[in-house]
Amino acid sequence: MNNYLPSPADFLPLTTRDSADRLERPSMSYWQDVWQRLQHNRRALTSLFIVVALLLFTTIGPLVWQADPAQQDLEQISQAPNLGLRALVVDDFPEVRELAAGPVSPAQRLPPEKLLAPANLRVLGTAHSEGVHLAWDQVPGASGYQLYRHELNPSGPDDLGLPLITLRGTSLSYRDRLGLQTIEYYYSVAALSQRRQSPNYRTLAVTVGQAIRLSEASYRGLLASADSSYIGSHVQLEIHPLGTDYLGRDMLARLMWGARTSLFIGIVAPLIYVAFGLMYGGLAGYSGGHTDNFLMRFADFVIALPFLLFMILFKIAFGLGPGESGIGPMLIALVLLSWPATARLVRGQVLQIREEPYIAAARLMGASAPYLVLRHMLPNLMSVLLVSLTFAIPTAIFTEAFLSFIGMGVVPPTPSWGSMCNDGIRTMLSHPHELVFPALFISVTVLAFNLLGDGLRDAMDARMRGDS
Amino acid sequence: MLAYIGRRLLSGAITIWFIATATFAGMHMVPGDPLLNDKAVTPEIRANLEKVYGLDKPVLQQYVIYLGNMARGDFGISFTQQNRSVNDIIAEHFPVSATLGLLALLFAALGGITWGAITALYRDQMPDFVIMFFVIVFVSVPSFVFAAIGQLAILQVNDWLGFSLLPVAGWGTLAHMLVPAMVLGLGTMAYLTRLMRSSMLEVADADYIRTARAKGLTPGRIFFRHQLRNAILPVVTVLGPSIASITTGGFVVELVFAIPGLGRYFIQAVQQLDYTVIMGTTVFYGAFLVLMVIAVDILYGFIDPRIQVSRAVS
Repeated sequence: MNNYLPSPADFLPLTTRDSADRLERPSMSYWQDVWQRLQHNRRALTSLFIVVALLLFTTIGPLVWQADPAQQDLEQISQAPNLGLRALVVDDFPEVRELAAGPVSPAQRLPPEKLLAPANLRVLGTAHSEGVHLAWDQVPGASGYQLYRHELNPSGPDDLGLPLITLRGTSLSYRDRLGLQTIEYYYSVAALSQRRQSPNYRTLAVTVGQAIRLSEASYRGLLASADSSYIGSHVQLEIHPLGTDYLGRDMLARLMWGARTSLFIGIVAPLIYVAFGLMYGGLAGYSGGHTDNFLMRFADFVIALPFLLFMILFKIAFGLGPGESGIGPMLIALVLLSWPATARLVRGQVLQIREEPYIAAARLMGASAPYLVLRHMLPNLMSVLLVSLTFAIPTAIFTEAFLSFIGMGVVPPTPSWGSMCNDGIRTMLSHPHELVFPALFISVTVLAFNLLGDGLRDAMDARMRGDS
Repeated sequence: MLAYIGRRLLSGAITIWFIATATFAGMHMVPGDPLLNDKAVTPEIRANLEKVYGLDKPVLQQYVIYLGNMARGDFGISFTQQNRSVNDIIAEHFPVSATLGLLALLFAALGGITWGAITALYRDQMPDFVIMFFVIVFVSVPSFVFAAIGQLAILQVNDWLGFSLLPVAGWGTLAHMLVPAMVLGLGTMAYLTRLMRSSMLEVADADYIRTARAKGLTPGRIFFRHQLRNAILPVVTVLGPSIASITTGGFVVELVFAIPGLGRYFIQAVQQLDYTVIMGTTVFYGAFLVLMVIAVDILYGFIDPRIQVSRAVS
């Protein structure tokens, strides 16, 4: 049955082995384990990447995209995201040919109801953002003309839009330069007589093209010189990948610099107050007795302060010198009001750790108090601290955004995501990108930190250790 | 129980004193002059004004007078509207904020409990994922964005219907309150949903649920009678602090929807450095929040008999 043939090797004496077979995994430190389990959590890992990307966006971003966040590009106000517009170069002082008719004697005037609509309403030259030159034919019997501009097609004589000018006399042309944007306008002209307006009007739809004055173009370095031979040619305007805000400032640059404000407050303030809370709570928990009672009672009082009211109060209390951005006072106020939560958490943990057998063992072996704190307590507190830090960051970012939104945060022109939202909400309907981008950045950042905090908490939960 | 309530009220009173002191200290650190305005003020008028507001006395004496007035519930006269007392201002604007906050809290609590129960019931299934996705969105998007979206939504619905179903801004009727209250309650609702979900899942493993199942009770009866009622308890505890976040979070909603609440008035007072209004409003809000937290804690004692016993012993 068993046809095993013994070999000579079977008859050699056995060698002794030092130990039994090792049946264990390579030993892994706590942080290695946490990192490994965090890597398995796809949501947390994605969030970590987003956080890193945001930090790169705000640190390296301004080096790559060197647009000045305070530079106002008045040619491109509230411009939607674009990859560069072309603009017609026009003369600074264009020759304006004023058209006029011969004088109308009072006897020739007709009542306004009998006046016809002006004929041949037309644009002289090209219609561009530096000026729209309109002309029309004379209406017999009229003593003047009334010009209107509308962004929608007028529905009747009472809906002609913005009154541009009342021309009395013989003028038959008008150059409109009033805050022109590169959209389609509906210009209407109606004749006047006896100080009243004729119900008959003529409307012309005009699409306004982008233009830039010669001196402006050369000043901004778009042209080599202010040579008048450039007039009529096209230049490439500054690129605004995420558009511009209501003052023509580059959104991408403002988002990058705003991230500095928002993330600085969002990360530095929690770092400071978590560190302070650690010391405070650690002291209370470690000392115990009356000290603990007194310290924690004080922390309870600070927690009871209405948070946002005191944020505003402290922010103004810490004052604001000329030329300051308001970041400092906000940071101090945030730290002053937020530390007790961490202090409470740490105290609870310290009270628990104090009773652990390993602390008693270390004490027996003659460990000094600093050694106990640094070697045994602090490492065991790290996980709780890290989780509370990740959850503190979104709260701080929200607080900054909220304060800047109600106008109590950073001072213009310092950009912050909150103040950008505040600016954007006013033009929400016509230029949604001014609200959408900063709001999106706040939301994504807060979301990323929240999910990262969730992931860290799961990864550090001692009860879940071992199962992967 | 009575001793417990007494102790809580005493510590509440000390907390309110602390809030009043912090407000006083904060206000006296604020740079600027509250009596300085556009009109030229002669030294005589200024001296009179300082006398009226008690600013001519030493700071310590001002503090004692201030505490005495606060204790009697007298918050003084406004600096910018010199014919109005701060009590009048609070009496006029606080009911608006309170109504809005109460409605928001109701919306948040009902929504949170309902959605939380549903997610726990359909754990790891489609409804759970969908609701939890929205919870994360509501937690991560700032409230002013929701306020803007809410206003836009009203506009679109009105436009689509062809008549004004809900007013876009303002205050007065229930129609004015609905959308602002919903916007205000969203964040808290998301938080309560999360809490309710974990609480429901914890209760689901409890012995009494197993017993109920073993007794042969219907799933509906187990769910509503045993699981839900026990899971609501932790949600009730956070309602106190939630009142705090909702009433102060009302600033933004009041600003966007043009609601004449105390929050909007407070911001205005801060911008105008109206000392008495700022101090009065802060102390009033602080006292209100402290009392709310105490009220919820006491209420909790009545709902859950176990808490009362253990607290009375300790």
